[in-house]
Order: sequence, then C-alpha cells, then structure tokens
Amino acid sequence: MHVLTLLAVLLCISLLGFRISQSRALSLARTAGLHSLPYHHGQFASLAILLPGLGVILLWSLLEAPLALWLALDHLPVPPNLADGEVRLLIAEISNIAAGYGGRQDPALLAAAWHYRELRQTSFTLAASVAVSVSLGGLVFAWRRVTPSHQARNSVERVLKIFMILCSALAVLTTAGIILSLLFEAFRFFVHVPFTAFLFGLEWSPQKALPAEQIGAVFGAVPLFTGTLLIASIAMLVATPLGLLTAIYTAEYAAPHIRTVAKPLLEILAGIPTVVYGFFAALMVAPALRDTGAMFGISISSESALAAGVVMGIMIIPFVSSLADDIMSAVPQSLREGSLGLGATQSETIRRVVLPAALPGIIGGILLAASRAIGETMIVVMAAGLSAHLTANPFAAVTTVTVQIVTLLVGDQEFDSPKTLAAFALGLVLFVVTLALNFVALQVVRKYREQYE
Amino acid sequence: MSLSSKKDAQRVSLGDSLLVETACAKLAARNVNVFYGEKHAIKDVTLDINCNEVTALIGPSGCGKSTFLRCLNRMNDTIDTCRVTGTITLDGENIYASKVDSVYLRTRVGMVFQKPNPFPKSIFENVAYGPRIHGLTSSRSELESVVLTSLERAGLLEEVRDRLHASGISLSGGQQQRLCIARAIAVSPEVILMDEPCSALDPIATAKIEELIDELQHNFTIVIVTHSMQQAARVSQRTAFFHLGELVECGGTEQIFTNPVNRLTQGYITGRFG
Ligand SMILES: Nc1ncnc2c1ncn2[C@@H]1O[C@H](COP(=O)(O)OP(=O)(O)OP(=O)(O)O)[C@@H](O)[C@H]1O
Ligand SMILES: [Mg+2]
Repeated sequence: MHVLTLLAVLLCISLLGFRISQSRALSLARTAGLHSLPYHHGQFASLAILLPGLGVILLWSLLEAPLALWLALDHLPVPPNLADGEVRLLIAEISNIAAGYGGRQDPALLAAAWHYRELRQTSFTLAASVAVSVSLGGLVFAWRRVTPSHQARNSVERVLKIFMILCSALAVLTTAGIILSLLFEAFRFFVHVPFTAFLFGLEWSPQKALPAEQIGAVFGAVPLFTGTLLIASIAMLVATPLGLLTAIYTAEYAAPHIRTVAKPLLEILAGIPTVVYGFFAALMVAPALRDTGAMFGISISSESALAAGVVMGIMIIPFVSSLADDIMSAVPQSLREGSLGLGATQSETIRRVVLPAALPGIIGGILLAASRAIGETMIVVMAAGLSAHLTANPFAAVTTVTVQIVTLLVGDQEFDSPKTLAAFALGLVLFVVTLALNFVALQVVRKYREQYE
Repeated sequence: MSLSSKKDAQRVSLGDSLLVETACAKLAARNVNVFYGEKHAIKDVTLDINCNEVTALIGPSGCGKSTFLRCLNRMNDTIDTCRVTGTITLDGENIYASKVDSVYLRTRVGMVFQKPNPFPKSIFENVAYGPRIHGLTSSRSELESVVLTSLERAGLLEEVRDRLHASGISLSGGQQQRLCIARAIAVSPEVILMDEPCSALDPIATAKIEELIDELQHNFTIVIVTHSMQQAARVSQRTAFFHLGELVECGGTEQIFTNPVNRLTQGYITGRFG
C-alpha cells in the first residue's frame, strides 16, 4: 500500500464521519434545539478523524527512515566502530540498493538492504493500521459527541484559527530564518574583512588572490554602491516623469474606454521577464547609444550604466504610473468639483489640488519603484557589465551589488571563503536598504490614507 | 472674457405663465433639456432667476434639482455622458454658446456643494485659492485682506482667526461648509449656487448658514437646492418645484407655500406626496 492510498482512505473515513455525524445531528435537531448546526457537527467529525490520522502519518514519516536504517546497520556483520563518514557512506549505499540502484553487490550489504526494505514495509503497515484505527476512534468519538449541548462550531473554528496561525507563523519564521542566516554569514565575513574596509573601501576585485592579512583591501564595496546608485538614479530619472505624466493622463484626462485599455497594457510592461529587458538593453539600446555617442564624439562603452538604467527605467514605469493613477483616482471627485467650481481650469485643478493631495501616495509609489530598481539584477548583468569602476560617468561600464552577489556565488566555490561570504554581506546591505525604503514608503502611503478618513 | 456684463432683462418672454416678471432676471433658462446618455433628466424647463434674490429649488429626490443647478455653471461638462439643449443666459448672454469659456463662467457663477469639500490645505490657502489662480490680487497684503473679508462675510472669521494656518479639514462640518462659502465668495462671483448646503449639518450650524444666506442675498444672486420645506420658506423669495424632471410650478415663496396652483405642489409641500 502506498502513502497516497492511505491518505485517500483517511479522507474517505472523514467524509463518512461527516455524513454520519451530520445526519445524526439532523435527526436530533428535530426533537431538541442544537447548539451548533448539523454541518458543524459534520465538520467536527471530519477534523476528529483527520487530525489524529494525519498526525500518526506525519510522525511515522519523520521517524521511519532513520529508525529503519539504524536497525539495518545493526544487521550488518561489519565491526560497528566505524568512523562517522564511513557510516554515512554505508547508509547511503544501503538506501541506494534498497531503492534499486545496486552499485556494489556485496552480499552482506545486499542482505542489509533487504532487511531495510522489509523494516520499512512493516513499519508502514504498522503506521497505516495505527492511523486507520485512530481515525476510526475519532469517528466514534465524534459520533458520540453529537449532543444538543456540544459546541461543535466553536471547536471547529478554534482548530481552523490555529491552522491559520500556523500558516502565517510559517511565513514569518521563514523570513526570520533568512534574516538570521544573512546576519550570521555576514558576521563570518566580517571576521575575515574588517567592517569599515568593506563599507568604505574603494577597490572591489575579489578575484585577486591575496594573503589573508591584506584581503580586506579588495573587498571595498563603495564602487558597487555607487554603481547601484548610478543605475538606479538613471532608472528613476526615466521612470518618474514618464510614469507620473502617464498617470496624470490616465487618471485625469483619458476617456474611460481609453483608460480601461491603456492601464492593463501598461501593466504588461511590469510582467515582461527581466531577461527580455536585459537582451533588449544589451542588443539594441546599448549599441544604439554607442553609435549615437560616436556621432557626437562621445565615447560610450558598449556596456554602459546609461543603457541599463534607461531600460530599467522603462521597466519600472508601471510601478510608478499604476500606483500614482490609483492614488489620484482616489482623490475625491468633490475636491475636483470644488476647484472647477471656483473657475479653475483642469490643469490648475490637477496641479494645485489633485497632485498635492495625492503627493504622499505618489512619493510612496516612487520609493517602491526605487527599491525595485535597486534590487534588479538581470538587466545590469546583461547591459552594464561586471567590472567594478568607481565612477559617476553614465557612459562607463559599472556594476551593482546584486550583480556582484551573482558573480560571487556562480561556479565552484568553497562555502566559507571570504569571497563567498562577501555575497552575504552585500545581501545584508541590500536587504537593509530596500527594507528601509519599503518601510518609509509604506509609512508615507499609510499617512496619506488617513487624510480622507 | 466673452460674457458681457450688460444687463438684458428685456429678453424674458412675458407670455410665459410660469414667469414672474421682475425688474432683472440674472439667469434665464429657456427650454432646457438634459440627457444623461439615454436618460432624459430635465424636460423642457423654462425658469428665471432674479438678481439679488434667493431662489429655492425643491422637489422629491431624483427629480433633477442638482442636474438643473449644475447646468447653471456648466458643471455638467465634467460628466462625459451629459448633454444639454436649450439656452441659459447669464445677463442675457447664452452660457452654452460655443465661444463662452466655461472656466470664466464659473468665476461668475460659483458653487457650494452638498458635502463640505475643503481642500486638504490650510484655512487661509482654501480661501486664497480662487484669488490666486485668477490673479485677482497683486500683493500679499491685498490677498490677506481678501481672505479675511471673505471669512468675515461667511461668518467664520471669529472662530478661526487664531488658526488660519490649521488644516481646513480640521474644522467641524458646519465650519467647513462656511469655509466653502467663504472660498466661493472670495472670487466675488455674481451668482452662488448651493446644492443642499445644510444636508450634512446639525440645526445650529444650519441656522448659521441660513443667516449667512440672508446676509449674502444683498450682494449675490443665490440659487439653493433644499429638501427642507421650512428652509425654503425661511430663506427664499422665490421657489421652483420640480417633479420627474419637469418644472411644475414656480412663483413667490409666499404664494407657493400658502396657495399653490398645482395639485402636485400642494401634495409635496404638505407632505401628502404620492
Ligand atoms: N451622472 C449621472 N449619470 C446618469 N444619470 C444621472 C447622473 N446624475 C444624475 N442622474 C439621474 O438624473 C436624475 C436627476 O438626478 P439629480 O441628481 O439631479 O436629482 P436630485 O433632484 O438632485 O435628487 P436628490 O434630491 O436626491 O439630490 C436622476 O434620475 C438620476 O438618476
Ligand atoms: Mg441632488
């Protein structure tokens, strides 16, 4: 029997329990007033059946494999005092053979593998029978609890609430885990490289092989920060005016039928995979810029911050325009009429009433777009290059924090070399910056919301 | 600046039985029809609004009072589906003529809305808004005096004198509505349209606004939409009763409330409607 079959059986029992309890509650309801509705009793029964059954299966799946291996090792006629690594090797081999990928046909190992398989079989049968019997027990339990006074609804709701709390706790714990691992690994990096050398150093060339004492000299992240800032600023310079003007058009001037078409079309821009933008930037925009530059006698390298920034700006236009549009549409029509009623023109109304009222929200949208620009990787890898230069020249090749994280982790790396750990330190910086941006943006947007309530 | 200010009351057609012929008709509507898409919201309304008088528009909900009021300063232009036929003249000049600039029109015909809608700016900035955009004042001190006079005339100055730079939204509902009136006065319009200006206010605030309307009447022509018979009787000199988009009866307020000609009007004002 397979685990899935077992689950199906449990599900059938719980359905059965639902029907039985519900119909019993229905017949009871004819004679006495029930505290809970019949289907609450049904749900109570389903839960009373499923929860213990699933609990048994979960427990078994956690314990059976290590337990069976441990027993199988005991069965092996080799001296038991092996080193840790060898035992792990043996275990791997046994489970491989048991799964049917026989490598070395050592009879003793084979026997152990057979034993292992049998053990797992028995344990599964055991677990299955236990699971089915506790479910049946749950069925009986729930059936006997179908009484007028039983508060089935409250119990069901409590269980559901706990389930939801567990789900949200999972998300929160994952986030906390990621942050902790970032912090921890970054800390290990700062053991090799001094914190100040990393934050304020001007040279970034982690590929250089240097003795351990001087290693701090090549992990200066300032060129990465300036590169990120340069590209993100170019992107914001492109996205903010275009996005805002677009939003003003769609929210204030466009006829309804144009708006319903234009808005989703714009939002498609945000849905295009960034790789596509990347090769658009690398294969079309960058060469075009270089040729244009050559015409005017400016040398623009074929990988330039400008190309990456412009394309990234186009990518985040919808972040700005869509949010700004929503926020401007949320400005009450009565304010517009108030202004128009005083003899203001439409553009005066937009400039003096709608935009100021929507401003905090718009700033929030721009900040969200900026945090997106800072975190963007693909376009920069493809269009702005990989070499870290400390420059403010938009025509030069630069690199960003995210790109360096990628290059540090690609390929064969020792996990605890400073080079790999540097990625975590960069990740931490990035995380702190985007978190701060998001926090500020959300604060601003929230403040805006309170204004009309 | 295409609207001339030449008074031209002589064009009022004297044969129309609904009209009370007085010296000057500030606004004159002739055969006005309004359509929202297919919906015929105002049907062939002909009505005069006399200067320096308060005209009340009454009638059951949905009969088109707001729609008609919004025709008087072309506020309906902001609704895409709305179409207006017929003519409305302000001092004898058709405001729906193609050469008329609706923006300029609205500086002459101001509006106060049902719900107070101060801008999320300071009290001072709210009142200064109109004079600013029209460049009516040349210096800061002149602007200040316009703002203070407007607040004064709206009966709000005493209450807000020491917090002119607090947000307009921080005022109470009644104060907000008076702020909106001050804001409308500040551009010195000739006509003020009020769409149920007291419906969101308590009796005391309402009494204040009514007092204010009495005051303003000397300098402005006022059209007010109201659901309160008592209010119409208290503040207006003339009353127009609308029903299902038609103007049923129009006359002196005295006469409408004591001796209505039409059965529908009588039913409505005595509360035996339907
Ligand atoms: N923007 C619009 N689009 C379509 N129909 C509208 C619109 N505004 C109003 N109407 C319709 O026109 C008719 C008159 O509406 P109006 O708002 O003028 O009534 P009213 O007399 O002011 O009512 P109330 O006393 O409830 O304010 C109503 O039937 C309404 O449904
Ligand atoms: Mg209305």
